[in-house]
Amino acid sequence: MSDILTAKPGSKLYLLGNEAVVRGALENGISVAATYPGTPSSEIGDVFMDVAKDAGMYFEFSTNEKVALEVVAAAAASGLRSFVWMKHVGLNVASDSFMSIAYTKINAGMVVLTADDPSMWSSQNEQDNRWYARLGNTPMLEPSSPQEMKDLMKYAYEISEKSGLAVLMRTTTRISHMRGIVTVGEVHVGKKKGEFVKDPFRFVPMPAPAYAAHKRIIATLAELAHDADVSPLNKVYGKGGKLGIITSGPTFNYAMDVVNEYDLKADVLKLTFTYPFPEKAVLDFIKDHEAILVAEEVDPIAEKEVFAILGKNGLVRKIYGKLDGTMPMAYEYSTDILKAAISKALGITLPEKTAITSDLKLPVRPPVWCPGCGHRAMYYATKAAIEHLGITNAVYPSDIGCYTLSAAAPYRMADYLTSMGSSIGLASGLSVATDQKIVGFIGDSTFFHSGMPPLVNAVHAARKLVIVVLDNRITAMTGGQPNPGIPLNGMGEVAPEVSIEAIATAIGVGFVKTVDPANLAAAQTVMEEALGFDGVAVVVARHPCVMIKSKDKSTKQKLVFTVDKAKCNKCKVCVTKFACPAMFIDEDGTIAIDQALCNGCGVCVQVCPEKAIGVRR
Amino acid sequence: MKNYCVYITGVGGQGVVRTSIIIGLACVKKGVNVVMSEIHGMAQRGGSVPAEMKIGDAYSPIIEKGGADLLISFEPAESLRAMSKLSKDTVAVVNTQPIIPVTVALGTSVYLDPKMYIDELKSKLKRVVVLDAESMAREAGNILALNMVMLGASSATPGFPVEKEFLVAAMKENLPAKAIDANLRAFDMGFELAAKELQ
Repeated sequence: MSDILTAKPGSKLYLLGNEAVVRGALENGISVAATYPGTPSSEIGDVFMDVAKDAGMYFEFSTNEKVALEVVAAAAASGLRSFVWMKHVGLNVASDSFMSIAYTKINAGMVVLTADDPSMWSSQNEQDNRWYARLGNTPMLEPSSPQEMKDLMKYAYEISEKSGLAVLMRTTTRISHMRGIVTVGEVHVGKKKGEFVKDPFRFVPMPAPAYAAHKRIIATLAELAHDADVSPLNKVYGKGGKLGIITSGPTFNYAMDVVNEYDLKADVLKLTFTYPFPEKAVLDFIKDHEAILVAEEVDPIAEKEVFAILGKNGLVRKIYGKLDGTMPMAYEYSTDILKAAISKALGITLPEKTAITSDLKLPVRPPVWCPGCGHRAMYYATKAAIEHLGITNAVYPSDIGCYTLSAAAPYRMADYLTSMGSSIGLASGLSVATDQKIVGFIGDSTFFHSGMPPLVNAVHAARKLVIVVLDNRITAMTGGQPNPGIPLNGMGEVAPEVSIEAIATAIGVGFVKTVDPANLAAAQTVMEEALGFDGVAVVVARHPCVMIKSKDKSTKQKLVFTVDKAKCNKCKVCVTKFACPAMFIDEDGTIAIDQALCNGCGVCVQVCPEKAIGVRR
Repeated sequence: MKNYCVYITGVGGQGVVRTSIIIGLACVKKGVNVVMSEIHGMAQRGGSVPAEMKIGDAYSPIIEKGGADLLISFEPAESLRAMSKLSKDTVAVVNTQPIIPVTVALGTSVYLDPKMYIDELKSKLKRVVVLDAESMAREAGNILALNMVMLGASSATPGFPVEKEFLVAAMKENLPAKAIDANLRAFDMGFELAAKELQ
């Protein structure tokens, strides 16, 4: 059993921010938790899946973030403490219902965690979800460390229950994926069941109740603004001096490290309860200093709040930040960036270490599909089908998941992508707007997440297009979470499987076929049929993810594939067209297979025109 | 205490994150503060995987320019990719076994003789420990113990702030019981080789 659940109060664990926040939920009597996985928030769900049953609570991987938020909102409305988390763009999906939480209120604490991704380590954009606190009238907390990710859950539930609003907890990659020492408290088991007490004037925000609710929300936020002003969570770390540095989340860490390392005369204001913005606390801090540096990642939100405070109070101060060009407008910050900004604001030069430099050119090392991945085989077969049919104008709308890697050489088969589920909606649009051949790619989990409505749309709009559902029986890119396509749920229990083929058929898709892409010839044949179909065609390419298969490596004898050096004519099709990372060009120019990397899928045997690859017996 | 900064790098699947977790756990056991930053998600699929950690009173694990005290590199070319964090005073422990990215076969990038990356590093840094961790792990009885060869060697470098007893305790807590003997052997082999090379 995980020590995240069992560790005794007072003990110190070495935890990822995403692990610590689970302990925080468990210490505060959580009853219901839900998510849709997304980096950098995914490990939260992995830990809940591990502990939920033993903790006596409910956890699910919902089909998408909006459903997850609704499951959790209903629990909170029924009097149970609840928790939902997602990556920053996941809150876009959940936003429709998120916007109604303030209007309908909840009856027990509800925490919505958004894990933002400055620098886009694994995301399609750099949106700053602190705007969502403002948009959704939702109080917000911003932790700076794993310890705080745990500790803030207590405050979050208290604020939520006092105000009847959900609380937004905003982390970033560098906090969610920061590991540190966490001292834990006592676990409290939450209520098993609540009761939903009907109150339609409140829970059904038709125009009249919504009209009344908005005024109530404004009053609540005014009360919370006072709470934020006096909150111990917003604190000055003082060394005195004329410069005041306003920080939140990771920028607090960077600022403190610079101030301590060089023993600088500057005060650091750590803002943790950041919405409603603690105007009075910040005003007091501004008054105490001659100049202010605002250190915040992505958008200049706090900085504009500071300018508003100056204007309201008729104050003049030099403000260093994004708006005067001191701080970068994009990407995450670092100790180096804070060091440069603080030096500028203080008018000093700090000693610098000289980093080494080198003119040696380094190999590009992009993320790639694993050896044995079924996606590679399906793209290879699709390309073969397209070429065999003489199609030269194919467009490949794509989606969010491992298959996004098809954008890279040698496949270059991801042409247009906007969000989860976008492949099918974009495919519809492209088939309206062009006479090109449209082949969209989507994964199993993504299909359940947001692929069904656009598929209904495509059928009803009588489009002609092909959708390939790459079903690897898991939500892979985020580390391997279950989804409705497999018989396992977030509690680790056997669960009903939902069939992609049955859904497509029920929607009215005229061509639905399933193939294992490890059989290249069969996959090519099915794709050629689908490409010739006059209507919406769905091909389910089913091949389990090797990351999951490799877990039972020990029990199964893996086939060993080798290249017959005498037969290999160095055509390099296997490395330049198929591009399996387990294959490499040997010193003599023939191909060799790295047995440590090979997963034994055998697809290369079918790729090789010289039949030079075989099983060593 | 002054912060001790460790930059660990390699390729997805080599055990970079696990190695840094074991160092961190050992710090917890010794009673010193530690913070670490790791990258998950898309970058892990065969891409470069850097982890950075600070042992001491730091708030943030992100190492400043040229600020690494120790570089642990599981792959020759990756050691140079870390160069903005390295100074001439950084001690480096580098594995010689290259992992050639697919871009090389595709002709879009070049992987030089691995020795060239290591020689370049040696020309820039005062102390570099070079070892064939893969062969040593195999000799220790488990190729997966490669990362513990690297850890053992790292722990022999001057200034490494965590003693063997804490590292071994952390290994026992974090590694599968049936593989612990091979891992401990791998650790010792790495330690001895580095201690000899640094003499």
